[in-house]
Order: sequence, then C-alpha cells, then structure tokens
Amino acid sequence: MAKIVVVTSGKGGVGKTTTSAAISTGLARAGHRTAVVDFDVGLRNLDLIMGVERRVVYDFVNVINGDANLKQTLIRDKRVDGLYILPASQTRDKDALTTEGVERVLNELSEDFDYIICDSPAGIERGALMAAYFADEAIVVTNPEVSSVRDSDRILGILSSKTRHAEQGNGPIPGRLLLTRYSPERVARGEMLSVEDVQEILAVDLLGVIPESRAVLNASNAGTPVILDEDSDAGQAYADAAARFLGEEREHRFLDVPRKGLFGRLFGS
Amino acid sequence: MSNGAETVLQFKGRMITVTILRLLAPGPEAVAAALDERFRDAPGLLSGLPTVLDLEALGEAPSGLDLKALQDLLRARGVPLIGLRDSGEAVRRLAAVGGLPVLKLDGGREVPRQESGSAARTASQAPTGSSQTLVVTQPVRSGQQVYARGGDLVLTAAVSAGAEVLADGHIHAYGPLRGRAMAGVVGDTGARIFCRRLDCEMVAIAGRYRLSEQITDAEREGPVQVRLEGDSLVIERL
Ligand SMILES: Nc1ncnc2c1ncn2[C@@H]1O[C@H](COP(=O)(O)OP(=O)(O)OP(=O)(O)O)[C@@H](O)[C@H]1O
Ligand SMILES: [Mg+2]
Repeated sequence: MAKIVVVTSGKGGVGKTTTSAAISTGLARAGHRTAVVDFDVGLRNLDLIMGVERRVVYDFVNVINGDANLKQTLIRDKRVDGLYILPASQTRDKDALTTEGVERVLNELSEDFDYIICDSPAGIERGALMAAYFADEAIVVTNPEVSSVRDSDRILGILSSKTRHAEQGNGPIPGRLLLTRYSPERVARGEMLSVEDVQEILAVDLLGVIPESRAVLNASNAGTPVILDEDSDAGQAYADAAARFLGEEREHRFLDVPRKGLFGRLFGS
Repeated sequence: MSNGAETVLQFKGRMITVTILRLLAPGPEAVAAALDERFRDAPGLLSGLPTVLDLEALGEAPSGLDLKALQDLLRARGVPLIGLRDSGEAVRRLAAVGGLPVLKLDGGREVPRQESGSAARTASQAPTGSSQTLVVTQPVRSGQQVYARGGDLVLTAAVSAGAEVLADGHIHAYGPLRGRAMAGVVGDTGARIFCRRLDCEMVAIAGRYRLSEQITDAEREGPVQVRLEGDSLVIERL
C-alpha cells in the first residue's frame, strides 16, 4: 500500500511542481518506489521539469478513460531507479478527472509503489480538490508573503474536511509546511515574512525552507529536478526536506543572510 | 416641540451576516432531503441564521418554482428566510408574488458554510457533556466558519484571518483570534468575547460591531473582554 501525498498550495506559481519533482526524486533515491502524478490537466508542467516531455505517449486522462494502461503510460526516470512519472494531458479539460477514475488509478499505483506524490494545480477548485481527496498526507507549499500564507491557511482548512480520510471520520490528514523562495535578505529588510511569522500564522509542522535560488530555474531549464544539483543551496534544502519527510531529523539551513556566519543562526541550533 | 416622526420612529443602519442558500434543483422534496442530510452532519448549521435564497443556478426555472412549499420546509427546519437574491426578472416576479423582498448581494464577501459543516462533525467539536458549550480544538482556518448554537464557543487553537466564529452565547478564545468573532448572534446583549489578544478583523455582539480599523493598538493588547454597554461595544482589559 502506497502512501499518497498531495503537494498543494492554493496560490499559483509558488513552487508545487518544483517541489513534487524534487521530493519524489529524493524519496526514490532513498530506495522507495515512487510515482509522481501531474494533476494539472491542461497545463502539464511536471514532465518538463522532470525532463521527460519528449517521452510522453499517453497521459493520466488516457488511463482514466481506458485508452491506455498504466504500464504503457508511466514514464520511467532514467536517472533514479524506482521513480516513475504519470504525466497530465495537455489537451483535455479538467472534468476528465472523475473521482472514480482517479481512485481506480491511485489504487492500481498503490499496489506497486511506496509513495505516490500528487502535484496539485493551483486554486481550490475541482482539480485541486481531486488531487487532495485521496491523500494520506499533505505538503503545503507557501511563499513568505501574506497572500500565499492566507491561501495555504485556506487549503489547510479544506484539507481538514475534504479528503476521503476526513470523510471516513478519521480527522484531518497531517499537513506539513514547505516554505519556498525564501530570501533571508528580504526578510531582514522586512519585505517578506519570516519563517517564524509564517509558522505562527499556520501553526503546522515545518518540513523545510527552500531558499530563493537561481539553481531552480537552471534545473527546470535543464529538465533535472533541482534536488539532483547537490552543490546548490536549493538542492541541498530539498534533500534535507526529503530526509525529514522520511523521519530523519535535520537542522534547518539557509535561513540567515549569508556571511553572517556563526552568529546568524536563528533557528534550529 | 412638535410631535414629529422622530418620537415614534428611529432609523438605524446595521450590517448583518446572512447565509446564502443556493438552490441547484427546484423540487421541494429534493431540497428537503438534501437539507435533512446536511443537518444530520452539522446540526444547527443554518438554524436561526437569516437566510437568503439564491435561485440563479436554476436559470429560467424559478417561475415554475413552488416558493410557498420551500418557505414552509425551511421554516419547519428553523431556517428563517428573509428574501430572495436578486438574480433577474424571473426571481423578482416570484418574490413579488410570494411577498418576499429581493436583495442585491453584490460586492460582499462569501464564505462557504459547508466546510464548517463537515468540520463540526469531528469529535473534538462535539458539545461537551450535556452543556451547550462547543469546544473547538482544531484551528479555524481562512474560509471556515464555526457556530455554537444555543451556547458558548470555546476555541483552544487559532482563528485565522478570513475565518468566522459565531456563538449564541459567549466566545472564549485561548489561541490567536484573527478572524471575525460574533457573540450573541441571535440577540443576547449580555454575551461577551474573551480573548488573550484582540487581533480580530471584526468583533460583534448582538449585531453591534467594530471593524479592525476601529480598534486601537492599545485596545488590542490583551487579555481583553468585549461586551455591550447600552448600545456601544466596550473593549476592556481584564
Ligand atoms: N526556490 C526557488 N527559487 C527560485 N525560483 C523558484 C523557486 N521555486 C520555484 N521557483 C520558480 O517559480 C516558478 C513557479 O514554480 P512551479 O512551477 O514549481 O510552481 P507551481 O506552484 O507548480 O505553479 P502552478 O501553480 O502554476 O502549478 C517557476 O518559474 C520556478 O522556477
Ligand atoms: Mg505546477
């Protein structure tokens, strides 16, 4: 039985797809069979960030409609063993994701994988609800600014009641916060909320803080999940987050303005 | 002094929160069944809250709608219908025949009610013992609403900006209170709000309210209580 994890945010463009690619790669690299599923029907993106866009033959909607089976559709990652991508459709509309269809595909994936990472579309509409509905756990991606935090709060509220888990009377699914595009300089200048501010508002466990980094854009241009760029700050921060996801304790890094060095440690030490 | 209108009448404006009930199918039987199912999950979800019927989703169908039957079934369930949402000529005609006002409700902010409905189902929010007090231990997040009908509301976790908490009785907030807090919503002028810090977007007691911008920084510093003195809201340190 796989653990199903939704990567969600409410607000768009905050780093869900970047995160889905990085975390799923991190889990697979740690030896867990992982499938990453693009729920953003009509705007597929995950395949680009994973660098498999030229290998897409069938997609999620084809599997739901029975035009293709999972085996034909899943794309095996060539860099990391045990990592598979289920791409979204570029052409279909969002209504193609029916609850029964999604459930059937997730059930089938569950038999073969340890983790299923669901890359949610933005918003709180049907697509996002569908990505979250079958989840056992959530990673809520947030940028350190008021509107993004507000949307994440909203999503956390929705997750507390609108999942299968909650509807079966098992309470809210656990949700953890991943704060991305964090810029200590801008926090210091008061232009962005600090980690503490965001945690104080959202009151959920912190999975990680990913710094604002050029490495993310470079990685997505190259079609390589940034976690594989082990020399980069963002890559290392994602590696920490993936390790924490698997239960390891790791200190939070990249929270201070660089070069403040020894004294700058604000957190976790 | 002449015996003018002002000795007989006084006109005052006040804002109220209304529930908008959007009808997606016209048949009274289906509506009754759906309401009963909802209330089973979240008893008291709409009870006593002024409710406006929105028929927009029915398109041209409203003319054939049995408004009387709908009014009756809502009344039987304790939901006071105060009017129809103005969504076109057909609705205005229907309202005129049924003797109900049409209300323009554009520009307001809508908060989905059903989320709190399902939230209200969780064990942590069940009324404690036989008292009417509702204890909520989960955060109330943006877009969610919690209503303690017939009693007090105790909140042990945060109430986010964009969330709404209501009680017929008092509200006791032990976590941050950043959303809208309304006590005495069915008119109990003795209801109070107690909190450790008043960071609300709005506080109201029995319909008298103050918005965030009408609360001074000094008044926010807690712990505080909010109560009614005559017709005005008093915020005072405890
Ligand atoms: N840590 C980061 N540093 C710099 N840029 C980043 C970072 N994370 C994400 N970005 C950039 O932000 C943009 C949006 O990222 P991404 O596509 O992952 O967001 P998303 O939440 O999936 O968006 P959507 O809501 O459209 O699906 C991309 O251009 C990406 O390169
Ligand atoms: Mg995306």
